[in-house]
Amino acid sequence: MSKFAVSAALTAAIALLPAIADAQTPKRGGELRFAVSAEPPDYDCHAATSFAFIHPVRPHYNTLLKFDPANYPKVVGDLAESWEQSADGLTYTFKLKQNVKFHDGTPMTSEDVKASYERIRNPQGGARSIRQAVYEDIESIETPDEYTVVFKLKKPNASMLTNFASPWDCIYSAAKLKEDPKFPERNILGTGPFKFVEHAAGSHWVGERFEDYHVEGRPYLDRYRAIFITNTAARVNALQAGEVLSEFRGHSPADRDKLVAALGDKVEVLESPWICSLVVTFNTEKKPFDDARVRRALSLAIDRWQGAEALSKIALVRHVGGILRPGYELAATDKELEQFPGFGRDINAAREEAKKLLAEAGVKDLSFKLMNRNVAMPYTPVGVYLIDQWRQIGVTVEHDQPETSAYISNLRSGNFEAGLDFHCDAVDDPNLQLAKFVSANRSPINYSRANDPKLDELYEAQKGELDAEKRKQILREFERHALTEAYNIPVVWWHRIIVNWKQIKGWHMSPSHYLNQDLQDVWLDQ
Amino acid sequence: MLRYTINRLLLMIPTLFGVAVLVFVLLRLMPGDIVELRYLMDGGQISPEVLAQERARLGLDKPIWEQFVDWMTGIFVGDFGVSMWTGRPVWEEISSRFQLSFQVAVMATILATLIAIPLGTLAALFKDTWVDRLIQVFAIAGLAVPSFWLGMLIILSLLLAFNWIPPLTFKPIYEDPWYNLSQLIWPALAVGYRYSAVATRMTRSTILEVLQEDYIRTARAKGVFERLVISRHAMKNAMLPVVTVIGLEFAFLIGGLVVTEQVFNLNGIGKLFVETVTRKDYTMVQALVMLVATFFIVINFIVDLLYAALDPRIRYR
Repeated sequence: MSKFAVSAALTAAIALLPAIADAQTPKRGGELRFAVSAEPPDYDCHAATSFAFIHPVRPHYNTLLKFDPANYPKVVGDLAESWEQSADGLTYTFKLKQNVKFHDGTPMTSEDVKASYERIRNPQGGARSIRQAVYEDIESIETPDEYTVVFKLKKPNASMLTNFASPWDCIYSAAKLKEDPKFPERNILGTGPFKFVEHAAGSHWVGERFEDYHVEGRPYLDRYRAIFITNTAARVNALQAGEVLSEFRGHSPADRDKLVAALGDKVEVLESPWICSLVVTFNTEKKPFDDARVRRALSLAIDRWQGAEALSKIALVRHVGGILRPGYELAATDKELEQFPGFGRDINAAREEAKKLLAEAGVKDLSFKLMNRNVAMPYTPVGVYLIDQWRQIGVTVEHDQPETSAYISNLRSGNFEAGLDFHCDAVDDPNLQLAKFVSANRSPINYSRANDPKLDELYEAQKGELDAEKRKQILREFERHALTEAYNIPVVWWHRIIVNWKQIKGWHMSPSHYLNQDLQDVWLDQ
Repeated sequence: MLRYTINRLLLMIPTLFGVAVLVFVLLRLMPGDIVELRYLMDGGQISPEVLAQERARLGLDKPIWEQFVDWMTGIFVGDFGVSMWTGRPVWEEISSRFQLSFQVAVMATILATLIAIPLGTLAALFKDTWVDRLIQVFAIAGLAVPSFWLGMLIILSLLLAFNWIPPLTFKPIYEDPWYNLSQLIWPALAVGYRYSAVATRMTRSTILEVLQEDYIRTARAKGVFERLVISRHAMKNAMLPVVTVIGLEFAFLIGGLVVTEQVFNLNGIGKLFVETVTRKDYTMVQALVMLVATFFIVINFIVDLLYAALDPRIRYR
């Protein structure tokens, strides 16, 4: 290469540097339009369970802690400036930021944090809270000064810090709660980066920048508009036409491919394992599912490794995992998983063992109904796959997909033989994920109706174990026992696919569709 | 006529009461529960105590008869209650969607009428010619193609041709006429086509029937211009069944655009209907059924009154 060519290349590179740097410098302004496939019924974080709530409402609020958007699962302060955990794990002391205001201009203090958490753990005056159990270990909440909050626990809880970063625990104004404990149900008054502008029922939700937001220079966006689009095809069309720039829950592989084919490099595809799994639940009060050998045989018949790979081409599932999300620091590794019943790599040997177990249990020509949710993605393809897997050990299964309401009602009332259940959480946390597997008499979401004291003991042991390595060992023991008894058997974990227009910057992918939705750092490159 | 009108108005009361009883009972026969759906649909870990509190809050712990009495008492004082799902007043939820559905229904009706009456008349006048056959093809295709499918085709065509789709949110026509029309003209076209097909065929067959009548032959024998024979004598008499069809279709459009509204993401009554039934939102479904039933009854009543206006021989007693 001649000196001239080198010099010209260098000059061009130097000339481009400001442009490159400029492209990465956040720009203020603009309206972020995104689709949400459902709509929140009311405005109260403490009684909400759905992403349909988080996506439009979360930008109005802050929580005590939150997950670092770019480094999940690292916990960072949101309203808390710093925090300390006592050596015995019984005291958590939070120092709050001092320049935080609610959208009505009143300052946020420790009283607001206390009032909000008291409302979550012990709602009064007709207020609703659905996370009382999460905070049952809290003994008291103290506010030694305006900007310090101290949580005292009855016993150590290894998940407590994670709990304080929950996206559902919005901090409300103590004054407003005192006036009316139900105030947040129909009103938005937070400290978050965006003020509430409008909720047009059935249509859209608008928020605009809170100029007094406590983080310097944030948010970047002037406003955001969440548009409720329930129909999947309409959502994809809106994204393709640029009417919305994202849909933050997730797309199917087919929709991703369609959008990429149509929009090429105008869009960015982000993918991640998802904290959602599909679990087959056997009704242990119905024969022959009261026999562990039958349940285990049905688990052994499923080729999860091949199935996950094949299903990932047509459905939003991809990962083989046990009780905890594969990839999570406390989850079983592939090697460990392979030791559990139903997770071995040799499917032929597993199916032979399954047939033997059925013969030992005296079960011949087994046939039953698999109740599945009447939602195409990912329930239907996984249900069909399971039926085919069980057919290969001579079991005949009928696919029954009642509408969602009847499906939930049947699961709860025990009106099913086997059901394809789901388990989604906002965060990776054993206390949350194990709830599907502990005894039914203590967990309302274990629909197998089985009670197993050993699992309950192990659950309590891991919950109070502050040493991560020791906790991991207890979790493996729990997992082995749960998968051997096979009351509920994990089949496959979901895979989250997001297609964003490239103008969207500062939004980070996470394994949960409930996280990273405060839009504080999001900006538009336009 | 006045007595007939009063009788018809009074008859609406038992009819609507029958509808109310039917919808109330049928809804409660459906499996599922709004509280379970709301809190467990996304996998929440909710205790049975919280679910029971919620049921009590919504009045679902009361005996069925008591729930019915509460609802009927409310209706008599004009209070349809609040949506069990959103907690907002039922009429607030409905009125925010009604404007859109009503406008689509009106636009589709105008479109259908403008297409159907001239085409139906032409087909009848040129019976068994290529004109008639072409119009028949147009009409049969309109009957065969579901509105939502045509809607999907329209959207995909717009997307492929212009990389554009109609606006996703609604603005009233008095606020922004261009925006409003650019959103609603497409669903009106999709729905209006099927609607016009029904009305075209009806217009054609009734005009053909009327053209065989003695008074038409008499008018022609008297030397009345053919244009006057058609417009003054044939058309007016042929319109009775066409008006009935148009009236019933209009009433249907108010709550019946269930899939079309989803395809175009229109925040109308049809979409609300589907959502509320799926959510088991009893108060909303009850109010919507009552609204649509009232609409049908009123439209039928207006059509009956129009008969008298169109045909002076018809007098109600």
